[in-house]
Amino acid sequence: MATVLEVEGVRKHFGGIAAVDGVSFTVEEGEILGIIGPNGCGKSTLFNCILGQLLPTAGRVKLDGADVTGLNPEDMNRRGVSRTFQLLQVFPELSVRENLILAGQEHQGTMLGRLFGPRDAGLTAAADRMIGFFKLQHLADARAGGLSYGQQKLLDAAMAFMAGPRLVLLDEPAGGVNLTMLGDLKERLKAMNAEAGATFVVIEHNMDFVMSLCTRVLVMAEGKVLAVGTPAEIRANPAVIDAYLGH
Amino acid sequence: MSASRVDGVLVTLIAGAAILWFAPAGMGRYGTYVLSLWLVTAVAVMGLNLTLGIAGLKSLAQAAFMGIGAYATALLTTKAGVGWFSAFAISGALCFAAGLLLGFPALRVKAHYLAFVTLAFSTLVWLVLRNEQWLTGGVFGISNIPRPVVFGVRTDNALPFHRFVVAVTLILALILWWLVRSPWGRAFLALRENPVRAASLGVNIRAYTLLAFAIGSAYAGFAGALYAPLVEFIDPSPFQLSASFFLLLMVVAGGSGYQLGPFVGALLGVVLPEWLRFTGGLYLIIFAAIVIGLLIACPQGVLGLIERGWTAIRRRPMVGNTPVKDAV
Repeated sequence: MATVLEVEGVRKHFGGIAAVDGVSFTVEEGEILGIIGPNGCGKSTLFNCILGQLLPTAGRVKLDGADVTGLNPEDMNRRGVSRTFQLLQVFPELSVRENLILAGQEHQGTMLGRLFGPRDAGLTAAADRMIGFFKLQHLADARAGGLSYGQQKLLDAAMAFMAGPRLVLLDEPAGGVNLTMLGDLKERLKAMNAEAGATFVVIEHNMDFVMSLCTRVLVMAEGKVLAVGTPAEIRANPAVIDAYLGH
Repeated sequence: MSASRVDGVLVTLIAGAAILWFAPAGMGRYGTYVLSLWLVTAVAVMGLNLTLGIAGLKSLAQAAFMGIGAYATALLTTKAGVGWFSAFAISGALCFAAGLLLGFPALRVKAHYLAFVTLAFSTLVWLVLRNEQWLTGGVFGISNIPRPVVFGVRTDNALPFHRFVVAVTLILALILWWLVRSPWGRAFLALRENPVRAASLGVNIRAYTLLAFAIGSAYAGFAGALYAPLVEFIDPSPFQLSASFFLLLMVVAGGSGYQLGPFVGALLGVVLPEWLRFTGGLYLIIFAAIVIGLLIACPQGVLGLIERGWTAIRRRPMVGNTPVKDAV
């Protein structure tokens, strides 16, 4: 298995505070890596450093062996890395289908080619497949802003997959999603992983969700890596239990 | 979304142009002039509607760009002997380039701060127009601006020139209608709604920000190129900062982001004051009261109000009824 993502000694300081303090890990092709840790331990900052929303103070990020540290978010996305955000981020005024077309259009041809090409950038069929995959058929033409929170979360995740990414970073995909929808989401993510061969890194607080979805789990505490291992190893790790899972 | 459904904006634009082609019958020179001025103003508002209403970039320099276009056309046609069509193209290209340059600050500063940068630009342009007498004629302006000859037909009289303005406005409106419906329009909208998310989806924020500014400014240049031969005499005063604010007000009052909003906004800004002339000195006060009342009742402008009414009549949730939502 090839290594997709290598994070080497990434640090991010805000003034005197080290939000991320020398984090290293690798992500192998096809795996689902979970990242857990208490609030404020630097998980989202780490994502932002990997994806170019923030410039790391120190450290390297490598994608397929190439150094991509400090590339901007657009370039990271065009290299096949997509993400979702912790807070919901869909385009409320666009329909569900339009949100998905938008998520894929910048990967189709050149800017000028898109201007003179078809209105949907040739993506209606792909968007409808994604809508079907996430079971949002009845909402395809609805305004995204009018969807329920859980439905918007599904759309948000679907958008991250629209361009057929190689690596997807999901920031709390289950946050605020009700139990029924949660099962759907997990099943969809697993199917995406199995069928499309997409590699995931998932930040999540919902332990059942993480432990049943992920192949490996990384635990962060105070900006550092506390432990990495299979879900079973993590559950049994005394340091993790002490810092996060509780007795 | 479905291709088979008739596009309301397109139908309105074509039907509106047909009506306006014949509208001046019996209106006299001045009435015809006001109608033409409405359309010319609408072209400038259309541009600002793209920059601000659709791409969400706050600009207070639209009248300055209109000034650049008007002066370029006036100088080229009176002093350089260039034909109107070439002057029109050059005016648009000049404003496109200037808009591109002004777009660079927009990559660094947002919202109010961006408005301040454009405000400074607006003042700068006005100072150049007023003080560089060797080029612009200063406060004396430029007079005897010729009207174009179209396919051998002179447009010196009010009616032929009005029809010419109708045709040019229709073409410019159709191009913008098409642009907003294209993938670019979707990207512009994404820029307004959530630039961070848009970037994470591969949308080239830099390129689209610059383009939104440049295309919006080019429309002001086109409006200026029509304005100069319409009034036949230009001086710096119609292009000062207050005029940029007025164009901004027309975007908002018509319905920011709605494709037909600029026509409604320009109608309010240009024609309503004319209708209120019978009130004598009170007309500005009444005009201001109407605009304030409108914006309190409906911050989404006249077209937002119409959409709300339409939705209430149809008694269904608001889904894809607006021009922009249909468009993208």
